[in-house]
Amino acid sequence: MATRTSSDPVLVVDKLSVHYQTSKGPAKAVNEVSFSLRPGERLGLIGESGSGKTTMGTALMRLTRPPGRIVSGSIMLDGRDLMTLSAGELREARLRDIALIPQGAMSALNPVMRLEEQMIDAIIAHRPGMRRAELVARVVELLRNVGLAPEVARRYPHELSGGMKQRAAMAIATSLSPKVIIADEPTSALDVVVQRQVMQTLGRLQDGLGAAVVLIGHDMGLIAQFADTVGVMYAGRLVEIGPVRQMIKSPKHPYTKLLVDSLPGIEVKQALTGIPGLPPPLVDLPPGCSFNPRCPFAFDRCRRETPLLLDAGPDQFAACHLYPEHSTLPPIPARVYQEALP
Amino acid sequence: MNNELLRYIASRFAQLMLIVFVAVSINFIIPRLLPGDPVQTALARLQSTGGAQNLDIQAISASYRARYGLDAPLWQQYINYWSDLFTLDLGVSFANFPEQVSTMIGNALPWSVGLLTLATLIAFVTGSLLGARLAWPRSGPVIKSVVPLMMILTSIPFYLLAIILVYLFAVVLKWLPPAGGVDTTRIMRLDWATTEDVLRHALLPCLAIVLGNIGFWALGMRSQMVSVLGEDYITFAEAKGLHPRRIFIWYGMRNALLAQVTALALSLGSVVSGAVLVEVIFNYPGLGSLLYVAIRGQDYFVIQGVVLMLIVSLAVLLFIVDLLYPLLDPRIRR
Repeated sequence: MATRTSSDPVLVVDKLSVHYQTSKGPAKAVNEVSFSLRPGERLGLIGESGSGKTTMGTALMRLTRPPGRIVSGSIMLDGRDLMTLSAGELREARLRDIALIPQGAMSALNPVMRLEEQMIDAIIAHRPGMRRAELVARVVELLRNVGLAPEVARRYPHELSGGMKQRAAMAIATSLSPKVIIADEPTSALDVVVQRQVMQTLGRLQDGLGAAVVLIGHDMGLIAQFADTVGVMYAGRLVEIGPVRQMIKSPKHPYTKLLVDSLPGIEVKQALTGIPGLPPPLVDLPPGCSFNPRCPFAFDRCRRETPLLLDAGPDQFAACHLYPEHSTLPPIPARVYQEALP
Repeated sequence: MNNELLRYIASRFAQLMLIVFVAVSINFIIPRLLPGDPVQTALARLQSTGGAQNLDIQAISASYRARYGLDAPLWQQYINYWSDLFTLDLGVSFANFPEQVSTMIGNALPWSVGLLTLATLIAFVTGSLLGARLAWPRSGPVIKSVVPLMMILTSIPFYLLAIILVYLFAVVLKWLPPAGGVDTTRIMRLDWATTEDVLRHALLPCLAIVLGNIGFWALGMRSQMVSVLGEDYITFAEAKGLHPRRIFIWYGMRNALLAQVTALALSLGSVVSGAVLVEVIFNYPGLGSLLYVAIRGQDYFVIQGVVLMLIVSLAVLLFIVDLLYPLLDPRIRR
């Protein structure tokens, strides 16, 4: 596990909200999310499908497309607010300061261009004066960093395997040594062995660059292995954030607790449990805490008032009305697990 | 890689040869399946107008049959047909006896090729560019307002469009000549006056074909471009911080064009046959008009020759598109 540097945060996200315009009104895919990231820190963002993780990742690059729109909030990257940058400044900041390893990197490469051209394309957009020979040398170096042979540069994407394409996308994302890397489910659609290799490569790259990483995913095991800090998203909100070990050992938010409990163990063979109920539609969130219809501890206040992300332990923050009155989460009643059984 | 490419070209060439062989064979068989033969038809017409004797008719018929080789057995005719083709002998026109069909086609071909190539290229290029801009989210409302116009243009058959154009520009405004390939009094020379004259005559038919096709290309490109712009590689290209123009051309259009070229290959047939009508309307001295006149005059050898020419040129065009395709899409080179 990488040690944390206690310097100033490189990325500060404050009350970021992204809405999708729908015929039934705005779908609040990201709802007033705030967090910060120090250089070299690894943040894992976890949540189920539709919890706003990917929307969040693209919004951090200001790549949100209509019908999506960043409605409020700020993204301070190294002291500059991305929200106030002009189109040209934003283009310069992308890849150089903040880079994206996209979801489904399998299809992130242009099928009609050789890998080399796509890598050079990225570099030369930021370093217009670079000579061809330097560029080619840089491509070879970048490929070596992600464990690919130099001759891969001359290939087209369809001549690469899934793992190779993922590595190629990582090589492109790290080509200008960005300060922040957003990796959106970089290992989806890869088998477990390749997943592990890709994650190791990502970790090595990050250590070398000293960049902060936001790893987005839904695989708790994968994220727990990689990240220092874990943020849990539910219905567009960040409901809990804290150091990874602590979050797994003593989750504070009832949703996190149920999520951790649903992880299958290897030693104890037991029926898989889930979380009863379904996440609410993002266009029609319940009043108060979005989790209240599924929460075993919900009381009146939860149905009235949206909880804020507050201190719930050392370095641990939870958006739940149980805190700060309680110091730990009460035990979950057994009937909840029973309900979740098929 | 290079080996793959060679094999690809060889297989496409074999395909071209096969198409030409089948087309030539069908072109030989179909007229012979019809009851009667051209000689009989021609003589019957002669007989009904003049008062020729039956005996004479028999003699004339036999001599004609011998002259055109129609008295030989079918397989012999088939072989003769092929050997004639290789010496570019397509027979003699009935209507313009004794002019060679190959000469007539040779005279008409440059007009058609010039007009069609120019018009199709203009329609394809401008239509595709326009379609790509229509799909681009950054395009202004002015460009987007073109969509309904494109839809109207695609729904009007272009011979109708041609008639409207003739009426507007030749009859009412009198800016351009209504018909023909060149001024009837002009002596063809390679000078500026001739070129200008040819261009002035070609403008209206060209415009008719361009306007008739541009909507098809624009709307096709637009839908292709919309789906390409939704691809992950576009998002990634944006995340790389590329200039929008670069993304538009090299990540967007470059990929959307693949389906456009396929559509071009598929529509070449209708482009050629549609152009026949345009040539007839403008009395343009190309293959279309030649075919039209030949059909009206039941000039069998000319019809056969022109149809053969159309099929072969279509096959060659498809071959060219097939050769272009692997250059555009590396995934096809096998």
